[in-house]
Amino acid sequence: MTAPHLQLQAVGKRFGAVEVLDDVSLEVRPGEFVSILGPSGAGKSTILQLLIGAVTADSGQMLVDGLPLAANDPHFAYMPQRDALLPWRRVLDNATLGLEVRGTRRAAARRLVAPLLEEFGLAGFEGHYPAQLSGGMRQRVALLRTVAQQSGMLLLDEPLGALDALTRARMQAWLAEMRLRHGWTVLLISHDVRETVQLSDRIYVLSRRPARVLREFAVPFPHPRPPTGSPALAALEAEILAELFKLEP
Amino acid sequence: MSSRSALWRPAARLLAHAGPAIAAVLSLLVAWEAYVQLSGIAPTVLPAPSRIVAAGLGQWQSLATHSLATLQATTLGFAASLVAAFGFSVLIDFCRPLRRALFPVLVISQTLPLVAIAPLIVLWFGFGLVPKIVLVALVTFFPMLVALVEGYAATDRDIETLLASMGATRRRRFVLVRLPSVLPYFFAGLRISITYAVVGAIFAEYAGSRHGLGIYILNAKNNFRPDLVLAAVFVSAGITLLLFGAASLLQRLAMPWTRLAERTP
Repeated sequence: MTAPHLQLQAVGKRFGAVEVLDDVSLEVRPGEFVSILGPSGAGKSTILQLLIGAVTADSGQMLVDGLPLAANDPHFAYMPQRDALLPWRRVLDNATLGLEVRGTRRAAARRLVAPLLEEFGLAGFEGHYPAQLSGGMRQRVALLRTVAQQSGMLLLDEPLGALDALTRARMQAWLAEMRLRHGWTVLLISHDVRETVQLSDRIYVLSRRPARVLREFAVPFPHPRPPTGSPALAALEAEILAELFKLEP
Repeated sequence: MSSRSALWRPAARLLAHAGPAIAAVLSLLVAWEAYVQLSGIAPTVLPAPSRIVAAGLGQWQSLATHSLATLQATTLGFAASLVAAFGFSVLIDFCRPLRRALFPVLVISQTLPLVAIAPLIVLWFGFGLVPKIVLVALVTFFPMLVALVEGYAATDRDIETLLASMGATRRRRFVLVRLPSVLPYFFAGLRISITYAVVGAIFAEYAGSRHGLGIYILNAKNNFRPDLVLAAVFVSAGITLLLFGAASLLQRLAMPWTRLAERTP
């Protein structure tokens, strides 16, 4: 088994009187697609906030390739829940944002990103403003911006949450294919069981707040998986759902 | 889309937009004219619009010279105010305690009655351009500063977090996110302040000056020429509208993405 790329060891976090994370331990190996599933308000997003350094952990350790995670060291490309596109930047310039922040010149950044537009279904739209795009396209721009940062790992915070059901199913299939082709390492936050089963290699199910890892599920089915599902996937989905139902107060 | 319709559409939209306002102003003028003609009120008390226009046209050279002086004082004063407001807004954004220290003082500066302060400023700075610039800046600085500071505060948190996750420094985030985010607030402030600016300039001139609509109005009043007073008022209204329109145009040019929002691919 390969050494984990990312490790969280007994991470805890509280905001004032509210204990959000109790004891979260998980790991992500290189090339792996791992999902964190849990009831809303369980602190799933807080885990990503910790990783990008927006908040600091109270206890526990976070390791990248065995070394403690240092602040201001962007190991991750983060995609927030809302697409957070800059309304005043055109599609291409939104996509290059991460590269520009890291000091790549705008022209060079554009050359790096331009070949990816086709694959992301954005060819011909590079000059559009975000407000002119549909929800699915906006999400693809946001994902392109994330991928273009060329980090070791993608952190996706419910990237498809705002989409309608059909667009969402299409985007899941597309995301699965892209990930397979590019070999991305991904940590996905979601509350959609089907989505995580469809996309992931492993799934962590979190408890209610304060969050702990309740159970870990392996999803040992080869990619690409049929976008319309399969009996084996459905059985696993039911099992995970049952686990989540136990949480009801 | 043909080039003809591409040309006509904005013109038609502008007309549809401005039509009601033009109609309202015209009917007001017609009612005014009718009242003066029918009531037989003395023109030294209330001159008819036709008389005001005629008097204004008779003195158009003098009016133009004074208008230019007012326009100059307005734009220079407003420019100074913008530079100062922007500078302070940046300071406040990077150093929050400064906001608590400065805002009470600035609020007090807004409560000073112009009638009292304008003669004093003329007394301190003389009859030249400086007192006008100071007074215009005084009236417009605070609304601009408030607009900017509130604009920064309204920046999308998610976008800031995203940029921080990319490793962007505070200064970088300011330039990449907060500055563009402030634009709608800036222009809203600009359009309001520019109307105050004209009034401020005229007030400063009224308090003592060699040129400008303010002193023109004072002289006309002292000569019992309400028609010329009102002609100058018409001109100042025109200047205000012109500056307001320029601010709106500037906003459209500076923020093309807001116009394109309704057009979908």
